[in-house]
Amino acid sequence: MARRLSLSARRARIAWAFMAPSVLILLAVAAYPLFRTFQLSLFRANLLDYPLRPEWVGLANYAYMVQDLYWWTSVKNTVIFTVASVSLETVLGLGVALLVNAKFPLRGMMRTAMLIPWAIPTVVSAQMWRWMYNDVYGVINDLLLRVHLIAKPVAWLADPHLVLPAIIAVDVWKTTPFMALLLLAGLQSIPEELYEAARVDGASGVQQFWFITLPLLVPALLVALIFRTLDALRVFDVIYVMSGVNPSTMSMSVYARQQLVDFGDLGYGSALSTGIFFIIALFVALYLSVLRVEVD
Amino acid sequence: MRTRLPRALGALAFYLLILVVFVYLVFPFYWAIVSSLKSPQELFQTPVTYWPTHPRWQNYLDVFTMQPFGRNLLNSAIVAGTTTLISLLVGSFAAYALGRFRFFGKRPVYYAILSVSMFPQISVLGGMYVLIKTLGLYNTWWALIFSYMIFTLPFTVWVLTSFVREIPLELEEAAYVDGATPLQTLFKVLLPLMAPGLVTSGLLAFIGAWNEFLFALTFTVDDRARTVPVAIAFFSGASQYELPWAQIMAASVIVTVPLIVLVLVFQQRIIAGLTAGAVKG
Repeated sequence: MARRLSLSARRARIAWAFMAPSVLILLAVAAYPLFRTFQLSLFRANLLDYPLRPEWVGLANYAYMVQDLYWWTSVKNTVIFTVASVSLETVLGLGVALLVNAKFPLRGMMRTAMLIPWAIPTVVSAQMWRWMYNDVYGVINDLLLRVHLIAKPVAWLADPHLVLPAIIAVDVWKTTPFMALLLLAGLQSIPEELYEAARVDGASGVQQFWFITLPLLVPALLVALIFRTLDALRVFDVIYVMSGVNPSTMSMSVYARQQLVDFGDLGYGSALSTGIFFIIALFVALYLSVLRVEVD
Repeated sequence: MRTRLPRALGALAFYLLILVVFVYLVFPFYWAIVSSLKSPQELFQTPVTYWPTHPRWQNYLDVFTMQPFGRNLLNSAIVAGTTTLISLLVGSFAAYALGRFRFFGKRPVYYAILSVSMFPQISVLGGMYVLIKTLGLYNTWWALIFSYMIFTLPFTVWVLTSFVREIPLELEEAAYVDGATPLQTLFKVLLPLMAPGLVTSGLLAFIGAWNEFLFALTFTVDDRARTVPVAIAFFSGASQYELPWAQIMAASVIVTVPLIVLVLVFQQRIIAGLTAGAVKG
C-alpha cells in the first residue's frame, strides 16, 4: 500500500512538472495582466507616463462609468450587434448546414468555400466590404440600382442608421459558414436509422425535421450559440476597421480601447475593461455549466 | 410521370439555392480580385465595371514598393510561426499531464485554462500594455508572441488533451517497462501518435495569430513589428482622402491566397479541430 501511494505521489510530481511551463506562461500573460487591470481601475494614471504615477481614486472610475452615456451607448451597440448577428447567423447557418448535408457533386468545393470567410483576417473582410459599400464606386449600390431596389446611391457607412446594420451584414457573411460547419458536424452525428424508421412510419420531411433533426441538434446548436455570443460580445476588429470610433457603431471593446490607448486614460480604460470582463464572465459561467466539461 | 416533374423542380430549386449560397460566399473575393487588377481610372469610374479591361498587375508590385508590405508579411510570419511553435511544445507537455496523469489540482487547472481561452482580450489590455512596456518589449515581435499566448496556448492544450486521451495506453506501458523516462515517453511514443492533433491545433493557432488585430494594433507603432492586419487597416495613399483601394485589395488577395491553400490541403483537419473545440465536451 505504501508503495502505491508513493508511486501516485511521484506521478503527481511528474504531472506538475509537465504542467509548469503552461501554468507559468498563463500566469504571466493572463492572470497577472488581468489582476493589474483590476488594480489600475482604482487609480488615475496616464498611459504615456513612464514610470507610471498612479494616483489612488477608489471607485471614482466606476462611479463615472455608471453615468457615462458613451459607455451605455457602446453597451447598447454591442447588444444590438450580438443579438442581430448571432440570431441571423444561427438561422442562416442552420439553413446552409441542412443544404450542404445533402449529398451532391462538388460538395467538397462548397465546404472549402465555407471555410474561407472564416479563415481570412477580419480586417481583410472588413476592407473588402468597405470597398463594396463605397457610396460612389461600390458594387453594392451598383447592383441594387440595376435591379431598382434603390433609386439613388446609398451612403451605407456614413448614414448613422445604416452603418451598424451594414457592419452586422459583414459579420453574418464571415461567420454564418462557420456556424454552418459546426451544425453540420452535429447533423452528421444523427444516426441515419432514425430517419429510415420515421419514413417507414410515414413521417413527412417537415415532421422528420421537427421531431428528429431539431431535438437531436439542440446540444450542437446551444454550444455554437454560446460560442458565437461570447465572440460577438467582445467584437472589435470589424467595427474598428469599418467605422473607427464612432458613437453610432462603437462596441464596448472599441470604446474601452479608445479611452485606454488613444486618450491614455489607463484608470478609466481599465475600469471599462473590468466591466466588460464581468459581463462576459457571466456568459462563460453559463457556458461551462451548459457544457458540463468532464475532466476524467 | 406525375412524380417526375415535381422531383425535377425540387432538384432545380436545390441547385439554385446551392448556387445562391456559393455566390454569396465567394463574390466578395471575386470583387477583391477584380478591384486589385484595376487601374485608378477604372477603379474610380461609374458605372462600375465587372471585369478589368486592362489588368494592371503593377498594383501587386506597388504593394511591396509603395507600402512596406514585405516587412509586414515577414513580421506576421515570424510572430505567428514562433507563437505556434511555443504553444505546441508547451501545450503538448500540459496535454500529456492532463490526458494521462491523475494529480491533485487537475480539475481547477483544467477549468482555469479553459476559461482563459474564453475571456476577452480587452480585459487584459491595460495590464498587458504596462507589462510589455516594463519588460521593454513594446514594438517588438516578442510583445506579440508573448501576448498571443493568451489565446493560442489554452486552445492548444485543450485540443491536444482530447487527442492524448484517445491514444491507447499499451504503447506507453511498453515504454515504461523498457525503462523510458516520462519525457522520453512523451517525445518518442506519444508525440508521433499526436501528429494529427499537432497539425490541427498548430494550424488553428497559426491562423489565430496571423489574423489577430487588437494586440497588434496596440503594442506596435511602426513597421518594425507591425503585422499584416494592422498594415492593411492603415494603408495610406497619396492624399489623406484617397485610399489606395487597388493596393488594399491586392494586399488582401495576397494574404488570402495562402490561407485558401491551407484550407484546401487541411480542410478535414481544420473541421475536426473546430468541432473538437466546440462540440466535444
